[in-house]
Amino acid sequence: MFSEAKRLSKLALGPVLMLLSAAALAAGGEVNQVNMSPGVTEVGRQIYSLHMIIFWICTVIGIGVFGVMFYSIYAHRKSRGHEPATFHESTKVEIAWTVVPFFILIAMAVPATSTLLEIYDNDDADMDIVVTGYQWKWKYEYLNEDGENVSFFSNLRTPQSEIYNSENKGEHYLLEVDEPLVLPADTKVRFLVTANDVIHSWWVPQLAVKKDAIPGFINEAWTRTDVEGVYRGQCAELCGKDHGFMPIVVNVVSQDEYQQWLGEKQAEAAQIKQLMAQTFTMDELMERGKAVYERNCLACHGGAGEGGVGTAIAGSAIATGELSGHLNIGINGVPGTAMQAFGGQLNDVDMAAVITYQRNAFGNNMGDMVQPIDVFNHKKG
Amino acid sequence: MGDHHHGPAKGISRWLFTTNHKDIGTMYLWFSFAMFILGGFFAMVIRAELFQPGMQLVEPAFFNQMTTLHGLVMVFGAIMPSFVGLANWMIPMMIGAPDMALPRMNNWSFWILPPTFLLLASTLFMEGGAPAFGWTFYAPLSTTYAPPSVTFFIFSVHVLGLSSIMGSINIIATVMNMRAPGMTYMKMPLFVWTWLITAFLLVAVMPVLAGAVTMMLMDIHFGTSFFSAAGGGDPVLFQHVFWFFGHPEVYIIILPAFGVVSQIIPAFSRKPLFGYDSMVYATASIAFLSFIVWAHHMYTVGMPVAGELFFMYATMLIAVPTGVKVFNWISTMWRGAMTFETPMLFSLGFLVLFTIGGFTGLMLSIAPSDFQYHDSYFVVAHFHYVMVAGAVFSMTAAVYYWLPKWCGRMYNETMGKTHFWISFVGFNLTFFPQHFVGLAGMPRRIPDYALQFADFNMMSSIGAFIYGASQILFLYNVIATIVAGKPTSEEKVWDGAEGLEWTVPTPAPYHTFETPPKIDPAHAHS
Repeated sequence: MFSEAKRLSKLALGPVLMLLSAAALAAGGEVNQVNMSPGVTEVGRQIYSLHMIIFWICTVIGIGVFGVMFYSIYAHRKSRGHEPATFHESTKVEIAWTVVPFFILIAMAVPATSTLLEIYDNDDADMDIVVTGYQWKWKYEYLNEDGENVSFFSNLRTPQSEIYNSENKGEHYLLEVDEPLVLPADTKVRFLVTANDVIHSWWVPQLAVKKDAIPGFINEAWTRTDVEGVYRGQCAELCGKDHGFMPIVVNVVSQDEYQQWLGEKQAEAAQIKQLMAQTFTMDELMERGKAVYERNCLACHGGAGEGGVGTAIAGSAIATGELSGHLNIGINGVPGTAMQAFGGQLNDVDMAAVITYQRNAFGNNMGDMVQPIDVFNHKKG
Repeated sequence: MGDHHHGPAKGISRWLFTTNHKDIGTMYLWFSFAMFILGGFFAMVIRAELFQPGMQLVEPAFFNQMTTLHGLVMVFGAIMPSFVGLANWMIPMMIGAPDMALPRMNNWSFWILPPTFLLLASTLFMEGGAPAFGWTFYAPLSTTYAPPSVTFFIFSVHVLGLSSIMGSINIIATVMNMRAPGMTYMKMPLFVWTWLITAFLLVAVMPVLAGAVTMMLMDIHFGTSFFSAAGGGDPVLFQHVFWFFGHPEVYIIILPAFGVVSQIIPAFSRKPLFGYDSMVYATASIAFLSFIVWAHHMYTVGMPVAGELFFMYATMLIAVPTGVKVFNWISTMWRGAMTFETPMLFSLGFLVLFTIGGFTGLMLSIAPSDFQYHDSYFVVAHFHYVMVAGAVFSMTAAVYYWLPKWCGRMYNETMGKTHFWISFVGFNLTFFPQHFVGLAGMPRRIPDYALQFADFNMMSSIGAFIYGASQILFLYNVIATIVAGKPTSEEKVWDGAEGLEWTVPTPAPYHTFETPPKIDPAHAHS
């Protein structure tokens, strides 16, 4: 966390930094950055140069217009004894300042059109990733032609204690996730962007990608970069309470590293399959359930199950009632409300763990347990 | 009736039952100022929470209620009614009419506003809280996922639309039918022209907004799926319908502001408005273009590239008539004999800051760049340059300009100028740094932010507190003027001012132009 004095001294420097902005442009995501970053993609560089061209055209026009205005304010004031002229039109001048801007606009439209066509060129992608917005997290699914799809959720990793100021904030406060999206360098990656509930928008400034994630629609976007690194972004479309808390982290790595990572993810998925057949002890379920709860339930139902956007879990009729009813709500959600169907979001092991946790934490003390096979059977009906 | 020269009724019934355009104008102005304070209070809550990273004062859910209500109250409660109030006061006096054409409807269109905003504000105390889906209320966040109070919000929007439509019909009827003999269209003051065009925009798009909220109501309560993909509906349809209303709405707010500064700049330059005809044509062009650019708010929704190109080109075109206006204002000042009383200062503040807002608007029109600007603080900075430094500054200028005519007393010039400079500094300190954080990647409508944005957000908050505090000075100055300002009875309060409103006694009597004035046919326009 910054010291107060340091911050105040930076405040004073704000206008100076504005002028020195060029230095900060290269990297992006920097403290007191004042301009758009060209980012790490060809499209990003094109957008950046378009942005700068228009900015400079506006600046030059602005200097001209304000220059005339301030000269007039200085020279044509009554206190200097200036007598008012009486002219009030000039067809020639008026035609000129209607036509000239028109040609300036055409000059702007040409590069803008070509960049836009480039952005829309979604063809010939080397790989496809489905990006799905959820309240309030992102799901990534790698579509794999040979072998199983890899799919996972990406949640905010910043702890509540940092958000509520009881602990110092880390370097990547609010821009860190438990599982980043991993992309190979030098590869045209196509994103198929959609949403599960409300509209979100997937924005990573450094990759120059922003696309709305809309339920019922699949939008396309793409990126390609040869610069390995970690790029951070956020949801850009207001999507409810925790709109500010669903960041995006993209980890661009070499082809080799990517293949290795993919292999690990596939092995992990296989392992979960094995776990599904296993029977767990109460302690194991509670430990896993707590972690699952904090990632998926806490935002709405509160850290102590006290409720919030969602209903209270502590002492609730559902969590202390019939087990199958509790499972049903966890798996199928409550249609028409913010309570989502988690059956498709959590694997059966995690679902079993979190239901067990909810029934035995927060003073609920039901003493019963759910095993993965119970979840499986419940889903089968 | 008998006596035509009766004054106002006494007591509360004067205000409840009045059909007098000046009384109704006054009520609109006070009401809109009250809403400006309320919406400003919501803004202060927002800026206080954003003063530092981390959650300090409010919860995220409440923060969203604040941004939503701030937008709704400022747009529908403060800015729009303030210009309707100004139209009520000034249009009859500018065209030589005794009153508005439809005085009883005039009373009604005002009096349905206060209960509506009371209803909207009461949602803060309802279970589930106030609307928290932004002033643009995109479905399905505002339908399936909305708090129960959304139904009250929908009802409020319906009534607000009703009020606006009635106000607009009244203005159109007045301008078309009640001009004094000889007051041809091309002799009307520009404020009347801009309002006439604005009124047509309102009549055209308010029903579209009503349609949007009605579809929401059906989706929420009657099982339809206009905006629900699960039922075969289309969430993007909502955005098309909303912005078909929403973009003309932006010009509904700014066109009367153009009208105001087109009255004030010539007065204090002591020189007629340059390019009157082209001002009228530019206003009409902007109004026309406003109907075919709506989807530039939606570049990232996944429109086909042909659609993107159409909306980009059409949007860029708006720069042409807007440029004409700016050039005309500056040419009006050129070789004039300027003085810088408070109304002129606010008009010049408008001119500079609105032009900056226009530049960022041009940048935003460029679709590829907008992929980086969209829904970031860059957009927040842009539209506050247009809404606050545009509409609110010009409205403030209007109050200082016509207040002496309204109440027969001069305001305190030193205090007025102080108000301007504090506002100007506070405004820029608030919104200029927001360009930076937006370009650096800070999304709008977030209650907490990454550490790299901390310094500029703190600057922004300090600026907002300064700008907010300067409005208290404004309120004090206006009340002090009404109660104990230096009396003036000069008809022409400002020596360079032109127009029929400056030919009636000061303060303006309860009834003016009971017999139509004579318009000098040689006089080009006022």
